[in-house]
Amino acid sequence: MSIDKDKIKHTSKLARISLDEGKVDSLSKDLSNIFNFIEKLNKINTDKVEPLTSILNQTLRSRKDDITDGAIRDKVLGNAPKKNEEFFIVPKVIE
Amino acid sequence: MSNLSDKTLTELVGLIKSKQIKSEELTSEFITNGQKGKKLNAYITESFDIAKDKAKQFDIKPNFDCLLPGVPLAVKDLFCTNGVKTTAGSKMLENFIPNYESTVTTNLWNEGAFLLGKLNCDEYAMGSSNETSFYGNVINPLEDKVVPGGSSGGSAAAVCANLTPATIGTDTGGSIRQPASFTGTVGLKPTYGLCSRWGIVAFASSLDQAGPMTKTVSDCALMLEAMCGFDPKDSTSIDKKKENYSKNLNKNIKGLKIGIPKEYRVDGMPNEIETLWEEGKKILKNEGAEIIDISLPHTEYALPTYYIVAPAEASSNLARYDGVRYGFRSNKGNNLIEMYENTRSEGFGDEVKRRILIGTYVLSSGYYDAYYLKAQKVRQLIKKDFDDSFKKVDAILTPSAPSSAFKIGEKKDDPISMYLNDVFTVPVNLAGLPAMSIPAGLDKNKLPLGLQLIGKPLAEQTLLNIAFSMEEKINFKLNINKWWEK
Amino acid sequence: MTKENNNYFIKGKKDNWEVVIGLEVHAQVLSNSKLFSGSSTKFGANPNTQVSLIDSAFPGMLPVINEECVKQAVRTGLGLNAKINNYSVFDRKNYFYADLPQGYQISQYKNPIVGEGKVLLDMPNGSKEVGIERLHLEQDAGKSIHDMDPSSTYVDLNRSGIALMEIVSKPDLRSPDEVNAYIKKLRSIMRYLGTCDGNMQEGSLRADVNVSVRKVGDKDFGTRCEIKNVNSIKFMQMAIEYEAKRQVELIESGEKIDQETRLFDTKKNETRSMRSKEDAHDYRYFPDPDLLPLNIDQKIIDDLKKSLPELPDQKKERFIKDYNLSAYEANVLVSEKEISNYYEEVAKQSDKKLAATWMMGDLFAMLNDKGLSISQSPISSSNLAELIQSIKSGEISGRIAKEVFEIMIETGDNPKKIIESKGMKQQSDPKELEKMINEILEQNKDKVDQYKSGKDKLFGFFVGQVMKVSGGKANPQLANDILKKLLKA
Repeated sequence: MSIDKDKIKHTSKLARISLDEGKVDSLSKDLSNIFNFIEKLNKINTDKVEPLTSILNQTLRSRKDDITDGAIRDKVLGNAPKKNEEFFIVPKVIE
Repeated sequence: MSNLSDKTLTELVGLIKSKQIKSEELTSEFITNGQKGKKLNAYITESFDIAKDKAKQFDIKPNFDCLLPGVPLAVKDLFCTNGVKTTAGSKMLENFIPNYESTVTTNLWNEGAFLLGKLNCDEYAMGSSNETSFYGNVINPLEDKVVPGGSSGGSAAAVCANLTPATIGTDTGGSIRQPASFTGTVGLKPTYGLCSRWGIVAFASSLDQAGPMTKTVSDCALMLEAMCGFDPKDSTSIDKKKENYSKNLNKNIKGLKIGIPKEYRVDGMPNEIETLWEEGKKILKNEGAEIIDISLPHTEYALPTYYIVAPAEASSNLARYDGVRYGFRSNKGNNLIEMYENTRSEGFGDEVKRRILIGTYVLSSGYYDAYYLKAQKVRQLIKKDFDDSFKKVDAILTPSAPSSAFKIGEKKDDPISMYLNDVFTVPVNLAGLPAMSIPAGLDKNKLPLGLQLIGKPLAEQTLLNIAFSMEEKINFKLNINKWWEK
Repeated sequence: MTKENNNYFIKGKKDNWEVVIGLEVHAQVLSNSKLFSGSSTKFGANPNTQVSLIDSAFPGMLPVINEECVKQAVRTGLGLNAKINNYSVFDRKNYFYADLPQGYQISQYKNPIVGEGKVLLDMPNGSKEVGIERLHLEQDAGKSIHDMDPSSTYVDLNRSGIALMEIVSKPDLRSPDEVNAYIKKLRSIMRYLGTCDGNMQEGSLRADVNVSVRKVGDKDFGTRCEIKNVNSIKFMQMAIEYEAKRQVELIESGEKIDQETRLFDTKKNETRSMRSKEDAHDYRYFPDPDLLPLNIDQKIIDDLKKSLPELPDQKKERFIKDYNLSAYEANVLVSEKEISNYYEEVAKQSDKKLAATWMMGDLFAMLNDKGLSISQSPISSSNLAELIQSIKSGEISGRIAKEVFEIMIETGDNPKKIIESKGMKQQSDPKELEKMINEILEQNKDKVDQYKSGKDKLFGFFVGQVMKVSGGKANPQLANDILKKLLKA
């Protein structure tokens, strides 16, 4: 299965990773090889098989509706590359 | 006492509890080893000063009523440690200092241990040789220019070279067991859900598990007991009572049935591995176990399945690394999208980018059914293979890896050849089972080869007991000449 | 029950066009803490003070579901007459935005918690049933503030992670009026249940509108466009009208409708295309591996059903039956739980019909005027009841009652006190009235003669005089009777 350069470019846009032409080339080769390897799965018939939904034999646990967190603004903002006292700051989105 | 760092964790704990040694002298020795061991590049962050302090404090007011009293431990740099840089082997987190502590490390500190430092690993745990780390390769202590395995390469090297008495790593496709095999140490991946994932940098959520990496099986039991346990903060954590793995460790495996899966005999596997596997079977027979041939028919599909599921989950788990709230942010880019694209391009290494792209692709519109959904169905079949086999046997014996440690750079340009390292370990993660690697012997290049034991869900005690019994008979000895100190 | 009795059409150049509308309503769940974290959900807090490490997606953070949010979704589903699914799955919806810390939203894709249901609307031309497709739980996003700095966006994650119920309707709506009724009905049901406060100004109720058009009589659906981020019913209605006309124009001039997402420009009153990325819709949904499938025991659902409060539709039926109200009256009085409670208190203490009349007339007019809700009413239900009793007993006239009402608004006093202190009791003594009326007739002999010789209209003049002289306190019915009697003589 060939993953051509257009597919690489499109996928990298979805993943928000910029790639130069050289990278696009090498990734196209790499991913084509990897997908050739993955194609093996087509050999099995899985028509009557249910996909695995959970490895565990238990149901989703829930917690009580108590306020147990938050009010830690300093901690939350503490690692931000750009911020002020109250907000995270990022470059503007172009609409 | 000299050469404390040569001793096993179990021995050291015994010496501390019997007041024959103090934490300070023990810690001092490991710090010295660490300082002398820089060539190995096992550490990303040393926290030696804090460790010295903690050791001092312990000695002033020792508490012996715990599992790891006064023991200094270095841990894989995937565990978030409060106030200590946590990088996940990536440029993306090169300045990230968490203000919270992972549950697993909290459990260790609650048992009396304290942090020595953070150990090198493949970037975001993606790799099988510790060659993808932003902080450089780790070298196998057993031979210069040889990889220690990965992704917990730094961890395996540190245990092997006595830089830490024991450690913890994470295993998503074999990242504990394969490096253990490459360095002649013991590594255990617990049943999925036995150890909490809270506070561990996530790679593939349905596959990741933290586990011990140690010199001996007895050490492994002790570490497992200290680190595991139900965590209400992790929805995939199993709610069960803690077991006394250490106390209940014994060598009696009479009557246990051990399965030998024929599909694990792969083409091109070195003879030495086949030989060691046979020797393993013999040992088990001599100890009273019964050897049974079994079939795990979907084994050949495990790697392709893994390389769909793991990257898919990773592509989503790594979406949060966007330069907004922590970590690296690129200064290139005039708007939000450009900032994202440059941050993630500069912050992630090649292997991580590869896997994110694979993952994004297999989840994308038009491909989801053919890839991700298909893989989850095959995963169900792989799990069923094990479930069916475990009706007939109590554990399964296989080789840990298809080769011994290879040379640095040897497989770097061939991703698939690198992925094939995980052929024996990956099925275990897909099925959520517990498994261990124990050193079984050396190949012709005097590099270690490991044997893997796979168990039923939550049957860690059985695995440890079998391993304990085999360990004695195998009597594996590492001859390390500390070449890195010269 | 009518489904296709629709009067709203877009007149095209050649044909009449029907507008097909579907709504995706996002309702913030009333709960103390967020869907997957323990942070508070209170509105109006200082930026980033209701954010945990989970909400801000730090490495290694994991979600744990809030049981109350699950129950609130079930309650809402029951209120929508919908099927509650015992098994549902949480999926990750992957996309990048500054106020989406995880880089994905935890939502539900193929297996939502609630399935099909229906809602009944009271329209002027009859009852209309609107189908509900599904309801699912998902995380709300944070807020991006674009106007605090010319080159930067400020991000506040307080809202990030609050539980939302997304309620998807079937494409059964056909006019802006129906959209208004639908949203009001949803809002009413959720407020009755206490599952969402429906406050559109605070953003706890938002809707995306899907609009398409087709020629009247066509069975197939046209291509639809989605209008996002419309934050009031009025703007929604304007957006629908504009969009429907736009689509009709396009089709009639031979062009095709692009399926796209549009925004409503409130200044220009038009919809325009979002200049957004073509792959904005590739959300790459997959089941969230940090969570397990949600299993809800049937017993829990049954218990929740038993403990539901009386809902608007049931209450309306009961009001019509027990209080003899018209459908219209009942509809208005059940629209809010607080209003229906107020009404019942008044009705029980006075008169069913008068209670309705006074509430729907004078009381609501006053509340609207002052911008108050019924819970803020200066006139309590027992005071209004007392006022109505005073009218019924003849203690005061209807006219005087209006004056007392005004004073009650100002002072909040009870009517008896006001009537006493201002001497407003109705004059109902026939002897006194006769005396007064005789005097009036005496003083207006010429008019009496004119009346007796045929000028019937002058009766009104005498009534006016009676009111004037009595200061409005004459019992109107009695005065009328006595006037008639004396004028005949």
